Amino acid sequence: MLIVDEAQVAEWRELRERVCAAGPDEQVDLLRGQARRIRRSIIEMIDAAGQGHIGGDLSVTDILTTLYGAVLRIDPADPHRRDRDRLILSKGHCAAALYSSLAFAGYFSPSELGTFMSPFSALNGHPNRTKVPGVETNTGPLGHGLPVGVGEAKGAKILRADYRVFVVLGDGEMQEGSNWEALMSAAQHRLDNLTAVIDRNRLQQGARTEDTNGLDPLDERLAAFGWEVRIIDGHDHLQLLDGFAPSTTGRPVAVIANTVKGKGVSFMEDRVEWHHKVPDPDQVRAALDELAATA
Amino acid sequence: MSELTIADAPTYDNRVAFAEELADLARADERIVAVCNDSVGSSNLVAFKREFPDRLVNVGIAEQNMVGVGAGLAAAGLVPFVCAAAPFLTGRALEQIKADVAYSQHPVILCGMSPGMAYGELGPTHHSVEDLSWLRPLPGLDIVVPADRRQTRLAVRHAAMHPRATFIRVGRHKVPDVTTDDDVLARGKFLLQRPGGDVTVIATGTMVARALDAADRLEVNGVSARVLNAAYIAPLDIDAITAAARQTRAIVTVEEANVAGGLGAAVASVVSQLETGARVPMRILGLHEFAPTGSTDLLFEYFELTAPRIADAARQLLGP
Repeated sequence: MLIVDEAQVAEWRELRERVCAAGPDEQVDLLRGQARRIRRSIIEMIDAAGQGHIGGDLSVTDILTTLYGAVLRIDPADPHRRDRDRLILSKGHCAAALYSSLAFAGYFSPSELGTFMSPFSALNGHPNRTKVPGVETNTGPLGHGLPVGVGEAKGAKILRADYRVFVVLGDGEMQEGSNWEALMSAAQHRLDNLTAVIDRNRLQQGARTEDTNGLDPLDERLAAFGWEVRIIDGHDHLQLLDGFAPSTTGRPVAVIANTVKGKGVSFMEDRVEWHHKVPDPDQVRAALDELAATA
Repeated sequence: MSELTIADAPTYDNRVAFAEELADLARADERIVAVCNDSVGSSNLVAFKREFPDRLVNVGIAEQNMVGVGAGLAAAGLVPFVCAAAPFLTGRALEQIKADVAYSQHPVILCGMSPGMAYGELGPTHHSVEDLSWLRPLPGLDIVVPADRRQTRLAVRHAAMHPRATFIRVGRHKVPDVTTDDDVLARGKFLLQRPGGDVTVIATGTMVARALDAADRLEVNGVSARVLNAAYIAPLDIDAITAAARQTRAIVTVEEANVAGGLGAAVASVVSQLETGARVPMRILGLHEFAPTGSTDLLFEYFELTAPRIADAARQLLGP
C-alpha cells in the first residue's frame, strides 16, 4: 500500500493555489521548476530500477506537469471525487513520468518513487488504477486510453457532469486502429469535454514515426476526423496552458504537442536508442547535473 | 424431477428476456446505459433505444472502441451493458476486455449476443465457440451463461444491482424453460437441476435442456443422472464438481463451445487434482474443429450435442 503524505498534499494544494493565482510569467516559472524536479525524479527512478522508458518519460514531462500543476480540477486527498477532471496516460510505458507527477501532486509520498518496478511494488512498469491513487485506468498496451476517455467524456454528458477528460497519447501510438475508431466516435458524439494530447516526439521504439508508418499530416487528418486541432510547442508551458483551454467549437480538442524525446538531457535528445535504454552511472550523473544546471 | 416433456416444451429466445429485463431495470435506475456496435437490432435494443435514446451509445462497427467506451462509462459511474455479437465482442476486443475491463476492474457488463453456433450457416467466423476459452483465464471477470429466459433475466438483474466486470452469454436459438421461480442464480454456484447418483452431466447455457432430456432417457434405462446447470463458469463451482466426482461414477460435460479451454477443461482441471479414488472418468462434449456448413441443429448433431448422444456418452463411461 502506498503511503499518502498529508504534508505533501497540503504543500501541493498551496503550490497549486499559487500557480493558479499567479500571473503568466510566474506561473510558467513555477511549472518549469516542477518539471525539473520531475525530470530528475525520472532519472533517479530508472537508475534505481535498472529499466524504464526514459526517452518518452522526458518528452511527456512538461505536458503532465502543466496538467497536474495548473489545469486539472483534482483533489489528491480524494482521488475518486465524482466531479474530478480525468487524465488517462494512454502511453502507459511512460509510467515513471506519471508516478512522479502524481507523487509531486500529493497523491502519495514521493519517497515511494524509489520502489519503482521493485518486487511487489504498487509502481509497476505500467500503471494500475487499483494500486496507485490518481491512475484512472490501467494502460500499457497501446491504443487503449482514448476509447476509455471517450467513454468517460460521454458518461459526463449522460450524467450532465462538467468534468473534463484528458488523454495523453504517444505519436507512435496513433498507428493503432482503435484510436481512429475512438476519434470517429468522439466527433460523432460532439465530446467537447474531451482533449487528446499527442506527445509528438516523432520517434517510436524502433525508428522515426515517419519512417515507420507515417502520421503526417497529422493535423489535417485529425481535423478531417472532426476535431478542433491545436499545434503547440510541448515544452513551452505558456503554450501548453493555452492548448489545454476548453473547446471553443463544440468539438473535441486534439493538441499536437511537438516535443523532443529525451528532452532535458542533451545526449538523449531525439535519439531513438533512448526509448528504453538505461543510463550508466556516469550518464546518470551527467543527466542530473544538466537538469540542475538548467535550473 | 423433469418429465419427459422437456424435449417438447415451448421454447424462447433469451435475447427477448434480456431486452425486457434491461428495460425494466433501466426504468428504475438511471445509471443503466447500453453500448453497442451497430447491433441495435441484433442485440434486441430497438425498444431500449426508443425509450432511452440518450442512454444508448452506438459506437458503430468498432468493437475495440466499444469495450473501451464501456470501461470509460463505468469509470464515470454508469452501469454499461456492452452488447454485440459474441464472436466479435470477445475476439476483436479481447485485449480491451483484459486490460480495460478485467485488469482495470471497471464494472462493465459485456453481453455476448447469439453465442455458440447460433449463426449456423454463416460459418465459423460468426460462431462464438472460443469465447469461454479466451475469457476464462482473466482474473476478476465473471462469466455467466444463462440456460433459459428466466436465468437470463436473473443474470441481467444481478449484474445491474451488483455491477462488476462480467461477461454474459445471451443465447439466440430458442430454448425451453429449465429453471423455476424457486431457483436462484448464485454467483459462483452451479444449479442442481436434477439429483442423481450414477453419473453427473454438467451442462451450460443452451445445453442444459438437452442434458435434462438425456437424463430422462438414461432414467428409462435405470441410470440415475445428476444434472448440474453451469450458469457460472467463473468463478467456478469447485465444491459442486468435487461432490460430483466423489458421489457419482462419471462426469459428462456439455457445452456449445470449443473443448480446448472451455467448461469441460475447467471441470477436468478440478477433477484431476482430487485424491486418487475421486478422479472419475470424464467425457467432454463440444467442438474440436471449425464447424462445417450447416444449420445450428445440424451442427449440434455433427458435434454430438444432442440428448441421445449425451446419454450415450454417459452410458459408455459407466460401462456394462
